[in-house]
Amino acid sequence: MSDAPFRILPRITERNEAFWSSGQDGRLRFQRCGLCRYWIHPHSVLCPQCLGKDLAYEAVSGRAVVHTFTVNHQPWMPVPELPFALAIVELPEQEGLRLTTVIVNCPLDDVAIGMPVQVTFEAHEDENIWIPMFEPIRESQ
Amino acid sequence: MTRPEHLTVISGVGQSDIGRRLFRDPLELTLDACVAAIEDAGLTTRDIDGISTYPGAAGEPPGFTGAGAVEVHDALRLELGWWSGGLERPGQLGAVIDACLAVAFGLARHVLCFRSVWEGSAQGSGGRAAVMPGGSSGRSAPRASGFMEWVLPYGAPSAAPWIAMMAQRHFHEFGTTPEQLGQIAVNARRNAALNPKAIYTDPMSLDDYLASRVIATPLRLFDCDVPCDGGTAMIVSHVDTVPDLRKPPIRVEAVGTALRGRPSWDQFDDLTTMALRDAAAQMWSRTDLVPTDVRVAELYDGFSFITMAWLEALGFCGKGEAGPFVEGGHTIARDGVLPLNTHGGQLSAGRLHGFGFLHEACVQLWGEAGERQVPGSPEVGVAGAGGGPLAGSLLLTRSR
Repeated sequence: MSDAPFRILPRITERNEAFWSSGQDGRLRFQRCGLCRYWIHPHSVLCPQCLGKDLAYEAVSGRAVVHTFTVNHQPWMPVPELPFALAIVELPEQEGLRLTTVIVNCPLDDVAIGMPVQVTFEAHEDENIWIPMFEPIRESQ
Repeated sequence: MTRPEHLTVISGVGQSDIGRRLFRDPLELTLDACVAAIEDAGLTTRDIDGISTYPGAAGEPPGFTGAGAVEVHDALRLELGWWSGGLERPGQLGAVIDACLAVAFGLARHVLCFRSVWEGSAQGSGGRAAVMPGGSSGRSAPRASGFMEWVLPYGAPSAAPWIAMMAQRHFHEFGTTPEQLGQIAVNARRNAALNPKAIYTDPMSLDDYLASRVIATPLRLFDCDVPCDGGTAMIVSHVDTVPDLRKPPIRVEAVGTALRGRPSWDQFDDLTTMALRDAAAQMWSRTDLVPTDVRVAELYDGFSFITMAWLEALGFCGKGEAGPFVEGGHTIARDGVLPLNTHGGQLSAGRLHGFGFLHEACVQLWGEAGERQVPGSPEVGVAGAGGGPLAGSLLLTRSR
């Protein structure tokens, strides 16, 4: 048994498996169109830009910027930590390519819009799921 | 050419008893509202030939719907020319707008529109978590899919933190303050004190608001609507039936249903506004009236920030200016330039989920709002419902 905290996990399908298992090698991946190179999120079966069906998951840099966030205090469901910082981060790879996530390894008072962050993963190895989370980019890195 | 909206009127409205926890049969609450609306219009069940409801029959989450179209159809033994019930539409009032479409198209002459909830009783003493997937009731949600795929793994099953992130972005871009946001809740409470059906009627100051516990920054407890039990209904009728009606109806001047951005809580282009931007713009494109004609505004406040977004989208103030617009509370008070949420909104009058705003707009235009009636005999009102990727609005005028 892994020591992963309780989470409601995503239902894994052929379409999203590569996203949720991506963190196994420490990289974050999104679907991308092989024809026009558009990044697609959430996952689909065709490219919304060119309608091509040649889609594959490709790694992104793992860096992002906090677009907005909230420090959530309300216990809606069991969570490892309360309060916690829920955020929408935007990836530099494409304007508007966003992911809802949590900001970790950061004092809640320090979370701010515009803050540069990088991906880290919470492993749920038994399920082959690595939940992408984001933490401040350390200057030394 | 006549605008299709002008073929439609709202001929009657009705409401059941409303309470925090009534522990009544939800079908009874639904039918109480329906029968009241039919009688208000001066019609009988034999006249009703259409049904439109949001969200239709649904088992989950508990309390979210009191009855679907089929139950009401059969309970009242209606003979229908058209009917519809469902969740995927431009917000809760999308059901009423659909009724307008059916009437204008000639499929029905009197459409019964309803929305009922029993979320108060369903939650019991367990709070919101009692009806959340994975919440304290132990209701299982083994795996997340749909939009929940992107939020449930992070412990955010409620729209509260999603809307909180929109509010935070608005605060960041435009300098909106908690004191400004608080005026939406304080105004609602002030109005609720004059509404005999409201849930919360005790006076609430801005300091009381600021002292309430944080739910998800910048939203506090009193930025969130209060779950309740109750039903709301209205009849959308064809303008040709006006001579058959008990009283001069409310005219539908224009509706808005547009959603141009991505239908997503986190991928929408501008998180400080979302779908209601598009619905409001479309509504104004379909009328010669302008925002300064509106004398009463009933705008969705499932969370207080959504009302701010509606105020901006509808052009009552500029983009990003809702904070200064509501500051101090005078502009939006019942005797202000733009009386807002005159029944107390969902924040204080109860989460009747969208339909309460349209009900109140009609009551105000009819001059039937009793103690809370806004002065000056308003002739133009607007009702807007929905937040995030859901939004629909109606511009209404009183028959002269």
